[in-house]
Amino acid sequence: MRQIDLEQLAARVPDGALLALPPDNSLSPAAFARALVRRNVRGLRLLGVPVSGYATDLLIGAGCVASVQTSAVTLGEAGTAPRFVAALAAGTIKVIDATCPAIHTMLQAAEKGVPFMPLRGVLGSDLVTHRPDWKVIDNPFAESGDPILLLPALSPDIAAFHAVCADRDGNVYVGRRRELATIAHASKTCLVTVERIIDGNLLEDERMAPGTINGLYIGAVAVAEKGAWPIGLLDQYSLDAAHFAEYAKMARTEEGFRSYLDRYVLAPAAVAAE
Amino acid sequence: MINSQERLIAAIARLILDPSAPQARHIAVGAASPIPAAACWLVKKLGHDVRLSLLHRPTGNPFTEGTRELFDLTGQGRIDLFFLGGGQIDGQANINLLGTGDWPGTGTRFPGSFGSAFMYMMTPRTILFREEHSARVLVPKVDLVSAPGISAPGVFRRGTAQALVTGKCVFGFDGTGFNLASVHPGETAETVREATGFSYRETPTVPFTPDPTEAELALLRGVVCDEMLETYPDFCRRVWGRTAEANPDRKTA
Repeated sequence: MRQIDLEQLAARVPDGALLALPPDNSLSPAAFARALVRRNVRGLRLLGVPVSGYATDLLIGAGCVASVQTSAVTLGEAGTAPRFVAALAAGTIKVIDATCPAIHTMLQAAEKGVPFMPLRGVLGSDLVTHRPDWKVIDNPFAESGDPILLLPALSPDIAAFHAVCADRDGNVYVGRRRELATIAHASKTCLVTVERIIDGNLLEDERMAPGTINGLYIGAVAVAEKGAWPIGLLDQYSLDAAHFAEYAKMARTEEGFRSYLDRYVLAPAAVAAE
Repeated sequence: MINSQERLIAAIARLILDPSAPQARHIAVGAASPIPAAACWLVKKLGHDVRLSLLHRPTGNPFTEGTRELFDLTGQGRIDLFFLGGGQIDGQANINLLGTGDWPGTGTRFPGSFGSAFMYMMTPRTILFREEHSARVLVPKVDLVSAPGISAPGVFRRGTAQALVTGKCVFGFDGTGFNLASVHPGETAETVREATGFSYRETPTVPFTPDPTEAELALLRGVVCDEMLETYPDFCRRVWGRTAEANPDRKTA
């Protein structure tokens, strides 16, 4: 079992890594993102699968990010992602816009080990013009002209997410959020935080196995209780809307964002709580 | 007393049930869409046989493979109706969720395109909804196209906008341009014209958007609100003065 602590898990992310993160409603690794800020990682290339939220905005604000490929960056009901917007305006990050199913499809191609996959739709969107890595071909199976988009396989260096539990064999339970399996399969490795380690083997339990990602895809696991906070986690706990609103407000300015980091990310008490 | 949100919800419900449009048996609703979600619940609670997939329901979420499953379903043609909005919407029903100015939104940056570039083309019907009705939003031409309203001949698409519902009116869309279908009470053809940046067709007399019926209002304030409380607590409090705590016996459909 590759169980390590949260800070050791963050130390496994090299500067410049292509790091895939799920959105705020799907096992986002918030405590891990805070640990990455403490680790002072630099030059991350983030991939939002398929959109980005709190963790991405936090990492951008802390200067950890060189580029972000995503279909949207949003704090949901709390509004726009202020550090993302500020960094884009200041030109300190490169933004590679996509559309949700394109990101899923690029990962599905990597999952299958094929170089590309087609996707319907998207043609006529300015996204196609601004993505030289996306190509339009004529469907070779059609009798008459039928343009269709081809997307290259995309294999992140690391996928990170926060799950409910893991067993000592490194199998990880993600419940109904089985889209995490696609991210895990497509990525070179996964770094995972969990609420707890459980006895027994998840894959030997018929009821748990369908919501479990096989440990063969998992590089390391760290326990981080309430590790999704301020985001919710399945049926375990809900989104902390008041904290989200506080983050959105504080992160409106660089100064406010620094105060947020001091209070919730860097302070010894905040670290100890994780 | 009918509030403005109830009027919008009822107007969208009528569009969903429009007998001249392809039947909507399976409707998906994306994030942060309380008014479209309420319209779908109203249709269901009126007794129509419709399947609702509400993506952002924290519990009882319909998918076991997240949004990936939504897009795969839509790719196959198994979602009949979806809702989209836009930071900008133009007269050809192009939508812009990217931002104003040059690529990738050097003026005001919006969140991003989400799944719009796919959903708009792969769903037989899309109802566009944007509560703010202003020349800033409804522009002659969007600065950036997240998803096109009209495609070149030969490009596969199942449908486009059926209508655009705003805080002032309902526009129909015929595949080439918008027409003013109705104005909400308190508005006139002229106030709509003044607030709209794109051109559209209008008839000499424009009807008012009908009020919700008493039966519809009773459903909205009762069972529809019950269904909405968990996902949209702020909306339910603001529109109907209801809180989740005040309704501990909530049942699901």
